Amino acid sequence: MQSRGSNRWHGLRSPILLCVCCSTTAVADRVSPLSPTNIFAPASTPAKSILGLSLFVLAVTGAIFLVVFTLLLYSVVKFRKRKNDDGREPPQVYGSNQVELAWTVIPVLIVVALFMATARVIASVQKTARPENAIEVIAIGHQFWWEYRYPGLGVVTANELHVPVSDTNNPTPTLITLLSADTDHSFWVPRLAGKTDLIPNHPNSMWIDPHEIGVYLGQCAQYCGTQHAKMLLRVYVQSREDFDCWVQQQTLPSKGGGRASAGQHIFETTACISCHTVAGSAANGRFGPDLTHLMSRDTIAAGVATNTPEHLRQWIQNPDAIKPGSLMPAMQLSDQELDALTAYLETLH
Amino acid sequence: MSTESIPWPSATAGSRSFVDTLHEWVTTVDHKRLGLLYIAYALVFLLIGGIEAIVIRIQLIRPHNDFVSPQVFNRMFTMHGTTMIFFVVMPVLFGFANYLIPLMVGARDMAFPRLNAFSFWMTAFGGLVLYFSLIGANGLYGAGNAPDVGWFAYAPLTSQTFSLGHSTDFWTLALLVSGFGSVGTAINIIATIVCLRCPGMTLAKMPLFAWLNLVMAGLVILAVSPLTAAQIMLLVDRYLGGHFFDTQAGGSAVIWMHFFWIFGHPEVYVLVLPAFAFASEIIPVFSRKPIFGYPVMVGATVAIGFISMSVWAHHMFTVGMGAAANTFFVISTMAIAVPTGIKIFNWLATMWGGKLEFKTAMLFCVAFLFQFLVAGLTGVMLSAAPFNWRLGSSFFVVAPFHYVIVGAILFTLFGAFYYWFPKMSGKMYSETVGKLHFWLFFIGFHLTFDFMHIPGLLGMPRRIYTYEPGRGWDTWNLIVTIGVFFQAAGILVFLVNLLWSYYRGKPAGSDPWDAWTLEWSTNSPPPAYNFALIPTVESRRPLWDLKHPDDPDWKYE
Amino acid sequence: MSAPLNATALTLPAQELAWKPPSRGRVGIYALIAAESAIFTIFVVAYLFYIGKSLSGPMPREVLSPPIFYTVCLLSSSLTIHFATTTLRGGRVRSFAAWLLLTIALGAIFLYGTASEWHRLIYHDGLTVTTNLFGTTYFSLVGLHGFHVIVGLVCLCIVMALTLFGLVKQEYAERVEVLSLYWHFVDAVWIVVFTVVYVIGR
Repeated sequence: MQSRGSNRWHGLRSPILLCVCCSTTAVADRVSPLSPTNIFAPASTPAKSILGLSLFVLAVTGAIFLVVFTLLLYSVVKFRKRKNDDGREPPQVYGSNQVELAWTVIPVLIVVALFMATARVIASVQKTARPENAIEVIAIGHQFWWEYRYPGLGVVTANELHVPVSDTNNPTPTLITLLSADTDHSFWVPRLAGKTDLIPNHPNSMWIDPHEIGVYLGQCAQYCGTQHAKMLLRVYVQSREDFDCWVQQQTLPSKGGGRASAGQHIFETTACISCHTVAGSAANGRFGPDLTHLMSRDTIAAGVATNTPEHLRQWIQNPDAIKPGSLMPAMQLSDQELDALTAYLETLH
Repeated sequence: MSTESIPWPSATAGSRSFVDTLHEWVTTVDHKRLGLLYIAYALVFLLIGGIEAIVIRIQLIRPHNDFVSPQVFNRMFTMHGTTMIFFVVMPVLFGFANYLIPLMVGARDMAFPRLNAFSFWMTAFGGLVLYFSLIGANGLYGAGNAPDVGWFAYAPLTSQTFSLGHSTDFWTLALLVSGFGSVGTAINIIATIVCLRCPGMTLAKMPLFAWLNLVMAGLVILAVSPLTAAQIMLLVDRYLGGHFFDTQAGGSAVIWMHFFWIFGHPEVYVLVLPAFAFASEIIPVFSRKPIFGYPVMVGATVAIGFISMSVWAHHMFTVGMGAAANTFFVISTMAIAVPTGIKIFNWLATMWGGKLEFKTAMLFCVAFLFQFLVAGLTGVMLSAAPFNWRLGSSFFVVAPFHYVIVGAILFTLFGAFYYWFPKMSGKMYSETVGKLHFWLFFIGFHLTFDFMHIPGLLGMPRRIYTYEPGRGWDTWNLIVTIGVFFQAAGILVFLVNLLWSYYRGKPAGSDPWDAWTLEWSTNSPPPAYNFALIPTVESRRPLWDLKHPDDPDWKYE
Repeated sequence: MSAPLNATALTLPAQELAWKPPSRGRVGIYALIAAESAIFTIFVVAYLFYIGKSLSGPMPREVLSPPIFYTVCLLSSSLTIHFATTTLRGGRVRSFAAWLLLTIALGAIFLYGTASEWHRLIYHDGLTVTTNLFGTTYFSLVGLHGFHVIVGLVCLCIVMALTLFGLVKQEYAERVEVLSLYWHFVDAVWIVVFTVVYVIGR
């Protein structure tokens, strides 16, 4: 069965420089039949341990439901007033201590069992020791995009998180520290982990260790303003080699100039540089996403549109047309300027 | 008494001018009239909040829909939540409490009639303040118009930086003002129940309705006050340059969440305890048996009241509170399931062995039992913190809490309307039309809220004005939206039934249901003074004692 | 549907019922005090939470000094109002008026003390609501309490005015006592605020 909307990841164009190993990788999106964000299709340890608990809780509550539902249904059917009723009142029963005791003690025992199971999973997710070879990422939530910094690797990127796949025998988890630049956000990629909030002045952390290569989808899960709905998440889980390749490529400065220098000139003289950074040029604004390797991403505007020249041009011309309420202003550029600018951005691999 | 009392000036009185009638209603301090005012006010806002819900659902019927802009959508869900909780459910429950408590405890009015009137008008004014924002707030982008910060208004989204202009202030002031009204009503309820019971009615002999409202009033006093405090702090931040929630100055966004949920969680018990009260009065009468385990029901209620003050941070499991805090709130939340479950079992035992009559009121209460069972169990699921990390802030939260608010509270509320309508108006409603209302609403409710669980399980978060195709959410959202129209139809049928029956229904008499509590001993509608002579009671079911003098309750209690 | 009941039948032969429910005024004021306590608790929690978290600006230790004299005034006013209600119950209205006047005076002195402290903090030490977390929480908490003192004083002044017009009689002692409960509450809150702000917070 073809899953709806499966993503074909267009191959990465090999950078001109060092990494020959970075060949195009066609990755089939591992989509569960129901949905790419199905919480019952975990692909990472935190998600899996929670799934175990979830099934246990579902089983217990399901059993309680069946029992009580049956009793209710039975009483509603059996004790209906019949047509040939004699009009007398039924026996007036005021209560029964034994029965009350029974249905107090049993729920208490069930609660204790549920609680113990839950406490165990909380500890396992929140208190695991961090292994040595964990990849560290700092995720900073903005209105309405995601900033990712890899302090150990010197990478700064936006909106598309790359992590290496983790082998169960030799795990290489990714530890994500969650910060916020403005309001509350929440990082939720259902198949990889539960959600954790990004709250200003209150750093949080979470970890994932995905076991399967693929692209995992999610989105912001804490209302953060007008475009909360379009603050999408894309997590690219790659093989170790591909990940290292990607890191290599991301640490290089941009190669602007040449035939696109007209665009670069516009970029640097319009207000673009006050919000955006392009490493190796004059632009080092921090309010908006880092654009140094813009062309290495599949999507723009936090997953809202695919990264094609038409969409890029549309976005610069009028962000509100694609994502109304986003914080990037329309720059009132002429068609010529837009073409030049787009051409320049197209060179930022 | 019944043949000698002065008839209530009802719809038949045509000799008084419109201005006179209006003046009488506006200046009334009579608990019955204030109760009716609260109820009418709530019904108007039910329609408005319902329209907001319909707009939300139409926008979400398919991915990338553009029925409304994101700005409008965000206002819709903020207003829908705020309206429904503060200006529909709370007023209607206060209305029923106001109307019925003095009658049930054998008093002539509430303890502080003028405070009662003041509380009503404060609540009413709060609603008007909130809706005035639609026309009154103006200015920069994001500033004008209705509030759009969500009904829980998390900081720092509500700070001046992110919420320019005045829409958030309208939200804050509306809740502040209506909060004073709520606390006033709560003080009145407590004083009435503690001080004005008729002779013989010890606390152990008063109807469960009174007990549940007493605990509810206690919760209002302890829970609405933290919200008032938080609102004042927010105003200090926004207007005096304070830093309570200003993360740039070292303030904490999390502390707003704590304060809000210290209010927000007991608030849902404020909403649900009166629903339990309705069920505890209606189910026994239509099962022809007394409520099973009255002392245990009282104990469970008080336990729920206490425990509910300690569970608030289960709304904050994803915030990063640390394993110890998470674990504490798991156990306290699971603990509250025990007394709640006990109540369900007691209602079940009340029906067991009885003779069930399925009048419309009883239909709604039986549906309540099934639905509240489901709602409670999904609540237990969400109380398991790791499960909450998967499901919190998704539609898997929206579905269960609507299961409680609509499936439990609104259903018992409809039951209460049908049960007490004959008492309040003196007329009988049409049973057939009532059953039509039930089935329409029941089908719509299940279409909407059963299927709403599924997108949550498939990863759909809340408060999003649109969603991506290809995530498997499309069909379910479509079904959910269809259900909404059935519910709307049900409510229209309900209103038509009420209005038509008020003018054309058969006279109901004082006790159409052969019930047992004191309100059924007066006329329908009751005279202004409630009772000619203050009664003396000997058991929990005074009218049962009168109707069965050979087998009175006080021999067995 | 049964026939309408005759409610007189419900007044069963009166047994010896010891039936004395509490007075409405008392229950009402206790409920109000509970609500107000909840509001103050939240402000106190915020104050305690933010101790030591200010990023800059004057610190409590530098600018606060415990207002002992004014605290003594406020707490004595609880004593004087107690005497006032006792004398009113005893029927001695003029004595009541004197004690009431003393209560009002002591309360006013306390307010003056708060005002002068604030004046010093704002103009001399440069601490305002906007300065830092300490400023925000301090002025909010003490200000909330001060507001309640003002409301209490206004009520006491109204009673004073009514007394001067000869309208307050012995049988109204219960009502005055209800008001005095509110005043005791305001004083009790000050004890908590004083401890939190001037003892723990410094």
